[in-house]
Amino acid sequence: MNRTLVKTLQYLALFGFLIFLGFPLIWLLSTAFKSSAEINSLAVNLFPVSPTLENFTAALNRQGLLRSAMNSLIVALVTTLIVTLLSVPGAYVMARFQGKLRTIGTGYVLISQIFPVILVIIPLFFILRSVGLVDSLLGLIVVHVVYTLPFSLWMLQGYVASIPFDIEEAGSIDGANKFNVLRQLVFPLLAPGLVATAMFTFVSSYNEFFFALVLLQSPENYTLSVALSTFVGGEGKVAIGPLAAGALLSSIPSVIFFALLQKRLAGGLLTGAVKG
Amino acid sequence: MTALRPQRAHNPPPKPRAGGLARARRNEAAALVIPALIPVVLLSVIPLLIGIGMAFTDSTLARNHETSFVGLQNFINLGSDSLFWQSFGIGIIWSVSVTVLQFLGGLSLALLLNSDLKFKGLTRLLALMPWAMPPVVVAIMWQMIYSPTNGPLNWLIGTLGGPERINWLGDFSLALPAVILVGVWVGMPQNTITLLAGLQQVPAELSEAAAVDGAGAWSRFKHVTFPAIKPVIISITSLSFIWNFNSFGIVYVMTEGGPGGRTMLPMLFTYLEAFKSRHTGSAAAMGDVIVLFLIVILVAYLWRQLRGERIPK
Repeated sequence: MNRTLVKTLQYLALFGFLIFLGFPLIWLLSTAFKSSAEINSLAVNLFPVSPTLENFTAALNRQGLLRSAMNSLIVALVTTLIVTLLSVPGAYVMARFQGKLRTIGTGYVLISQIFPVILVIIPLFFILRSVGLVDSLLGLIVVHVVYTLPFSLWMLQGYVASIPFDIEEAGSIDGANKFNVLRQLVFPLLAPGLVATAMFTFVSSYNEFFFALVLLQSPENYTLSVALSTFVGGEGKVAIGPLAAGALLSSIPSVIFFALLQKRLAGGLLTGAVKG
Repeated sequence: MTALRPQRAHNPPPKPRAGGLARARRNEAAALVIPALIPVVLLSVIPLLIGIGMAFTDSTLARNHETSFVGLQNFINLGSDSLFWQSFGIGIIWSVSVTVLQFLGGLSLALLLNSDLKFKGLTRLLALMPWAMPPVVVAIMWQMIYSPTNGPLNWLIGTLGGPERINWLGDFSLALPAVILVGVWVGMPQNTITLLAGLQQVPAELSEAAAVDGAGAWSRFKHVTFPAIKPVIISITSLSFIWNFNSFGIVYVMTEGGPGGRTMLPMLFTYLEAFKSRHTGSAAAMGDVIVLFLIVILVAYLWRQLRGERIPK
């Protein structure tokens, strides 16, 4: 086939994908800056005729939305902190020590994907209710730790495995004790992987909706996802402009983290699976 | 999330040595792993087992209810629950369509990103956005796209001379295809990134050698690229199928299972059974049925795909 024709077709396909993936985002962005008059008119404009920030002020003044944002950040940060502290030693062992534990560990991460979350949340709901942690951020943190920990362990052990063991042996021969070897030689090499894993955990918790929906009942405890979902449900049809602005603002942390994670998601995380 | 096969260590981990040293190492390992193990076992493994077992009880959310063992009663009731099976069928249509379309879209995009075109950086970044955004925001965004009164999709169709005021999410026959498209949009990043990583591992020389031998583009793909990325394809399609079958948030926010149950995915159905109807026992039975179904499907799929392909170690 003609070379230029192939190139043209390839670019056409690429632009098709760009529009499919990008248009909904542009539309959300554009709606967030439109005046309510423009949104309610039947005219469909890709760009706002007279861009306004009124939707953002309306969204921020909307009762509870800022509070929900705080709740989301608290839950995601505490979850990430706990999960990271627990995963580092666990992942180190999974990567460095062959044996049943590792097989069971990785096996569980994969098998746990098959089970619908409903089978975990029903018993957890009873357990949390008996200790008074339903409808509390602490209860949600506990559930998020459990929910993100297996994946964090698995992702991190991949990074540990990619650090040559020779480094540790060389350190031991030089007489440094195990702890110092880990702290001075292994940890600096692990740091980028650790940051990536922590960011991934943060986004998983921050974006999570199902557990939050089940556990949180009073509006002052809502996370952003739950708060936003009540705005679209039958109970509270909200003006589209402020909803778009709120949705846009609430995506910012995840989008930034993912942009930073980009290279690692493409590389480190998956090459193991490919080379396997 | 992307859980594929575990990464192999680049160099072999230490072999356990004989005697006291090995025991000391083992104790050290146990001390390191236990802090992570306790919450997983206590709050994930045990609840999961309880959850599976609850299917055999008449458990409800009511506070002063004495739960008792009812044997297979929940499963017998489920057998004649036509709404559940209808939802199950919708789940299969949703899962198969979304998985297949995600894969085809992801593979095409990955092939484009793996060739020497411009705008690759932009496309890659854009292709990640659906993965990054909170599912609730995705649902809200697509509701705006599908809006019957002033949505851009209806505007486009109207401008092209098509019917006006199509109620995408409210129409009995359109609602499921409409949410399937959103499912494809959301899941394409994982597929694209995973397949792209796979493609980048295929040595370019192989394809070049085939080209020198006169193989066309399609023949090169079929005989060189495809066999090389087949393990990746199997991993990503199996995982996508599971994730899609168990998916909840996007469809819940967009349609709540409506109109008339046409988008009632199995997870929405079990959620409503457990936390709206408060029948946790029968909801657990539904969960068990879903797990069994997924295991059967996966075993059949993986067995067919992997048979005879295991490389001896």
